[in-house]
Amino acid sequence: MEDKLIIGGIEFKSRLWVGTGKYKDFEETAKAVQASGTDVVTVAVRRINIFDRKSPNLLDYIDPNKYKILPNTAGCYTVEEALRYARLAREAGISDMIKLEVIGDEKTLFPDICGLLKATEILAKEGFIVLPYTNDDPVTAKRLVDAGAAAVMPLGAPIGSGLGIRNPYNIKIILESVPLPVVVDAGVGTASDVTVAMELGCDAVLVNTGIAGAKDPISMAKAMKHAVIAGRLAYKAGRIPKKLYATASSPIEGMLT
Amino acid sequence: MKIRLNGEEYETKADTVGKLLDELKIFHKRVAVEVNLNVIKRNELKNFPIKEGDVVEIVNFVGGG
Repeated sequence: MEDKLIIGGIEFKSRLWVGTGKYKDFEETAKAVQASGTDVVTVAVRRINIFDRKSPNLLDYIDPNKYKILPNTAGCYTVEEALRYARLAREAGISDMIKLEVIGDEKTLFPDICGLLKATEILAKEGFIVLPYTNDDPVTAKRLVDAGAAAVMPLGAPIGSGLGIRNPYNIKIILESVPLPVVVDAGVGTASDVTVAMELGCDAVLVNTGIAGAKDPISMAKAMKHAVIAGRLAYKAGRIPKKLYATASSPIEGMLT
Repeated sequence: MKIRLNGEEYETKADTVGKLLDELKIFHKRVAVEVNLNVIKRNELKNFPIKEGDVVEIVNFVGGG
């Protein structure tokens, strides 16, 4: 059977999603995105450079006909700001999808849950496909489902921290508590972190700094691609239970006496 | 007339958003425009009126996570 990921009626071919921030230049962004094998990239919404019209545009390098463009509301600290950015993103004419961020704290960039729930509810009513960036709390995840989210995106660790999946048990509980796709967003440092998330049963993982900040982003993009595939296959295959003592792999029968 | 454009004072001859985009040579399709905090619908962009003192924001997509 085909292993499809569908969110808000949209089919995603890749379970690795890639952020486009922090690269050296657009060429490197394009190369890393291509090497990752993804079909989903996140972008931010910012003022256009009016006085230098020759400056290149991200979408000249990332073809919106080839990739699904998932705009975010990064940098928004209030519901009003997040709504404003989401509505602008939609009118820029790519899609109704929004990776919703309502940040509650500058140092940790942890989400403001009250604001997040409120903004999710409003945007879902306006017809957005809302993918909220949330903490690793299963109760919040359930509330986001009630508010109309199309998927939940719990953090593995703080954005850009590279700490990996700090609370795999909570992620596991989220997976069991919500009937929607779960996409780990933020905190991934290296390939094994991605594999851990996928082995838990997550539907996808979004990586930005983990790739863009690596010494060789193109190679790391490739590593992440394989890590997602390995983790997903292992999850589907069903791992052996952990136990304390050994069980011999080779037969006892036929040993020399 | 004077408007406030992306946070700066700007002198323009354009009286619609469509003309303003032409004047700025913004031909990229993936932009969104806000006038006085109202996000302008895509299909209203061309003929949406702007007047003296309006606060206009033009945004596009940049790299982000």
